Amino acid sequence: MKKYWWKILAVVLLTYTIIAGFLGNVPDIAGVHQTIRNLYFHVCMWFAMIVMLCISVVYSIKYLSDFKAKNDIIAVEAANTGILFGILGIITGMLWAKFAWGQWWVNDPKLNGAAIGLLVYFAYFVLRSSLDDNNKRARISAVYNIFAFVIFILFILILPKLSAGSLHPGDGKDSAMPVFTLDFNLRIVFYPAIVGWILLALWILDLRIRYRKLKM
Amino acid sequence: MLTKEIKSLVSKDIRFELRQRSAINGILLYVVAIVFICYLSFLRVNIIDGQTWNALYWTILMFASMNAVSRTFVNENPNRQFYFFTLASPQAIILSKIFYNAILVFILSMLSYFFYIIFMGNKAQNELMFIVCVALGSIGISAILTFVSAISSRTNNNFTLMAILGFPLMLPLLLILMKLSEFAITGTDWLTALIYFLLIFLIDAIVLVLALILFPYLWHD
Repeated sequence: MKKYWWKILAVVLLTYTIIAGFLGNVPDIAGVHQTIRNLYFHVCMWFAMIVMLCISVVYSIKYLSDFKAKNDIIAVEAANTGILFGILGIITGMLWAKFAWGQWWVNDPKLNGAAIGLLVYFAYFVLRSSLDDNNKRARISAVYNIFAFVIFILFILILPKLSAGSLHPGDGKDSAMPVFTLDFNLRIVFYPAIVGWILLALWILDLRIRYRKLKM
Repeated sequence: MLTKEIKSLVSKDIRFELRQRSAINGILLYVVAIVFICYLSFLRVNIIDGQTWNALYWTILMFASMNAVSRTFVNENPNRQFYFFTLASPQAIILSKIFYNAILVFILSMLSYFFYIIFMGNKAQNELMFIVCVALGSIGISAILTFVSAISSRTNNNFTLMAILGFPLMLPLLLILMKLSEFAITGTDWLTALIYFLLIFLIDAIVLVLALILFPYLWHD
């Protein structure tokens, strides 16, 4: 019980997210209407992805300080899980964008930042697969992971400043959804949903690490 | 001590380059050829305005510098690399390579600017700002690409990997540089552009520090 309470919590929170997310009351905002419910899925994917990528870079740093194979496995599996959530985030985002903005892809700093993030991490996996020796692969990909992560974070921090404002709520000049952050009905589902998805990501990560250790 | 090591390593690189001219001549010709191709292909549709000029310039420079920098760690023979390893500290090696490549990228950018002026006209109203922007940019471009070429030189499929690792990492710097050179093209005053200069400084500094910290892990086998 002590060990897996967080898995139960993840199941409970996500069940709540799905039920309350589809059945609960939401404010009717012009332009998005009922698709506002995607907030509980789309936005949470990015939170989960960023958490996974942070874990990945922390274990890459750890690997470079003690050269233990365990840390490399955690780093690569965290990046894998992060990419999974990144792809889900892009897919849910594209569906939402098609509805709210009329196009699958719009020129928006957040979309471009996400696309760059995926490119960077796909390149990370290509780099890994092109190295044969285990130790060398772990070391070189850890170096790239740290280098790329810092530049990626820098990129998503400065990119919004370079463009004429985002279509996403929060930092755009003419945000379509000003009541977004205020509504109580949204908040009581949104915050538990973030925690739930992050816990699910951790669970997937845990399983993948255990699987990799068995194969070793 | 470090500055002395860097100085001798850079002068070694320059002498090597001048001894076998074919490589450097190839890179210079590459730039001229691309500019000419762009001139011919864009002339037909007649859309060379300031924005297109700018976007094209940085795209050309990105490919040209990718081509120039990708040779950094590859054409060095492994035994000689091992010899340098016993002579100099890894920090001196990476800094000297970055410094040398920055000079190379700057020369390339000035050359393509020159041919740009000849073929497509000079769109930059504030030439000094444009040149300062290019100079600061070449430090950052060189630092990122040199580090990426150090990573990709450790693998088998070198050039492809260099491109896929390098392009996404160059984008943040490139976007700020494009913005800044747009200011130079429209003739915006220095004060408005200041924040972007600071941003480029920041990126240059972060990339240099990262390269310094991480390079010893790559170098050492």
